Amino acid sequence: MQEGYTPEMLELIKRVEASRPERLAQSRAGKSYPAMSMDDRDVVLNAFHPDYSEEGRRALGIGQNQGEVYPEELVDLLESRSMLESVSVDVTQPDMETDVLVIGGGGGGTAAALAAAGEGNQVLLATKLRHGDSNTVMAEGGIQGADQEPDSPYYHYLDVIGGGHFTNEPSLVAAMTNDAPLIIEWLESLGMMFDKHPDGRMKVRHGGGTSRKRMHSSGDMTGAEIMRVVRDEARNRAEQIKVLEFSPAVELLMDDDGRCAGAILHNLETSTFQVVKAKAVIIATGGTGRLHYRGFACTNHYGATGDGLVMAYRAGAKLGYMDSVQYHPTGTAYPEQNVGLLVTEKVRGLGGQLLNINGEQFVFPLEPRDVESAAIIRECTGEGRGVRTPTGRLGVWLDSPLIDQLHGEGTVQRELPAKYIQFKRFGIDIAKVPMLVYPTLHYQNGGIAINDLGESTIPGLYAAGETTGGVHGHNRLMGNSLLDILVFGRRAGLNAAKSIAGGEVPGAPNMEHLQSYGEALADAGLDRGVLSPMILPNYATDEIRKQRWDVQSPVV
Amino acid sequence: MEASGQKIETVMVGDRTIPPEGARYITIYIMGQAYQVPETLTILKAMEFAGYQYKRGCGCRGGICGACGTVYRKQGDHTLHTGLACQTVAEDDMILAQIPFFPANRADHGGVDTSLSPDEQIATLYPEIFRCVGCGTCTRTCPMDIDVMGYIAHFKRGDVMRGAKTSFDCIMCGLCVSRCPANISQMNVAMAARRIAAGQMTPRSETTKNRAEQVNAGRYEEMLAELGQMDKEELKTLYVEREREPDLSLPGEWMPHDQTKL
Repeated sequence: MQEGYTPEMLELIKRVEASRPERLAQSRAGKSYPAMSMDDRDVVLNAFHPDYSEEGRRALGIGQNQGEVYPEELVDLLESRSMLESVSVDVTQPDMETDVLVIGGGGGGTAAALAAAGEGNQVLLATKLRHGDSNTVMAEGGIQGADQEPDSPYYHYLDVIGGGHFTNEPSLVAAMTNDAPLIIEWLESLGMMFDKHPDGRMKVRHGGGTSRKRMHSSGDMTGAEIMRVVRDEARNRAEQIKVLEFSPAVELLMDDDGRCAGAILHNLETSTFQVVKAKAVIIATGGTGRLHYRGFACTNHYGATGDGLVMAYRAGAKLGYMDSVQYHPTGTAYPEQNVGLLVTEKVRGLGGQLLNINGEQFVFPLEPRDVESAAIIRECTGEGRGVRTPTGRLGVWLDSPLIDQLHGEGTVQRELPAKYIQFKRFGIDIAKVPMLVYPTLHYQNGGIAINDLGESTIPGLYAAGETTGGVHGHNRLMGNSLLDILVFGRRAGLNAAKSIAGGEVPGAPNMEHLQSYGEALADAGLDRGVLSPMILPNYATDEIRKQRWDVQSPVV
Repeated sequence: MEASGQKIETVMVGDRTIPPEGARYITIYIMGQAYQVPETLTILKAMEFAGYQYKRGCGCRGGICGACGTVYRKQGDHTLHTGLACQTVAEDDMILAQIPFFPANRADHGGVDTSLSPDEQIATLYPEIFRCVGCGTCTRTCPMDIDVMGYIAHFKRGDVMRGAKTSFDCIMCGLCVSRCPANISQMNVAMAARRIAAGQMTPRSETTKNRAEQVNAGRYEEMLAELGQMDKEELKTLYVEREREPDLSLPGEWMPHDQTKL
């Protein structure tokens, strides 16, 4: 009984079942759909990968990165006025003062707070939702670190830079791979439940593009475990680390010499603004999946709207690699309740195949993520061989029942427990029928430009994690995002503390840059009356939107 | 469907709900107020469809963060149900309210006396666990199907490791805490216990410790700096020629031919 699928879809699934015996025989014989040549890859990427298309992208008309071509939804936010231009906030009377202000309460921000507090600083951690609400908790796969005998940071470096098409910032890759073993040891000392052998040795696996086994994990919820542990440690240091939830920062404060001097927070529940004066500021606000570039669904958490990018850019920080986004090839396309949610690469790793409406393979299942995504988009929108859902979305089949036939009954349930339950809930048994998938927005490769100390181009302003750009180049490998946030969170916290100790502190804060940014926008003829940052996405239906008076944010 | 040579349009609206053609509508009561929503939506999306824009009560939207704990009853049924709004399908006549925050007791275990045994540490931090009446409400409440009462019982019996492992899937939504008649804050007890179990009762990884010492001694700085100086072609050669550890080698078994960079 597969009551989750419509009768029409069940009819189409018969084509998948019809071609399965032949495909199974091929797989058992070790034969697969041919992988693409480098030339083939270029063709499909250029024609169908959103990053390579001119559609939905335009040149940024203002600021440090003027002229660079980014997704329109992001350009819209960067070419916007501050919500504070028309609000009277007295920055000469701070509501709070602290040594280090950390903006963002995910893994990166929390690591930064712990590092700065460890150096004896008072830390204020302001976050938009709850402490821990972040993409960190959604990372399932693992965290890389070269701590095994046949491995070293040298090989980790090669894997990272090769995976990133040799476009990464070398100093950042060196920092990340050098610190990785320290981060693993630190997490272990905090009492993280790593998967271990009985003698304490770490269990490690390969990941996409690794030359040595260095993927450490904690069940299939590595990110959630990391977040639980570092957050708990921060709570144990409440004397030094004060956490403000539901208080996103909306603008930075600067002093007369162009040094960052704090930020203005917005209490979501009282709609009030608070002025925070700080000796150093660390932005760790994560990614932008919830901007839904070109209407793509995303795997990100509710708060991933790129607020940190907007406020840093308005203050004059430089961005880097912002034209590059990672789409995950297999996001859920059906049922509607699960749209966008990640279907892990493991499904294809175990032998699951992608099929069009006729039940035919059209791509090698384990191409690089960008190529695989482009091939799926081509099959659906170029060739017209996608499956249409009752709500008008398109997708291709991911033949999961093949896994049980290849590896034995029960494999799907044992190896993919979370996915199995997620579909079972809606009347779909993925051990018996295929899933419908389409590419989904997954990771922001670019962001605020930083150096290996975590410094942005603005004195006194640091950044860490997904909100930064450079360490992964144009393509990130699995298991390096959890590492990235902790390495650079820690580095930003330590270096912020060091510069404070060295007497590098800002003068009186002002917000003049907001006014001048607004004027520059108007002069360039780009003022559309939109205010940013977005803060929260809005998923109201068209019906509801017509009836609401306060909908301002640009929504897909 | 034939290939037509023209671009086929697909609906691209991010995370907004599109009701299918001819969808059947049901009535749900959000905090007592009736709304018409298409059937088959999760509670999370049903509330958005009705016009709510979340501030609290919404996080990962994928069942792992614990932000959207919800309680509900059905009209005419005395049973109280619990679930995550992002994982529970809205049903006709559901009367619901989210509990996005619930006050919980948390003991600062940063300075706990580690000369005590692990179970004594837990008992010192959270003596209220011994007030558990064994009613099992917490276990029935848990949206992750964790045997919550079971892990509290393991702590009471002194088996911290087993309790820690039993609690591992906890997403800290606090629904158990909201229902416990003995006023135990189970999720925080388990959090401390997991850190004690992993930090004090599990052997440390020797290889990790050794490698961290090498890193701290600056062993790799020059190697990495050299890589940073190389041009793309040199790097490409090294990348293509690097040896790959076999998938099935046992831990510590395989070593590369070139050991100068370890």
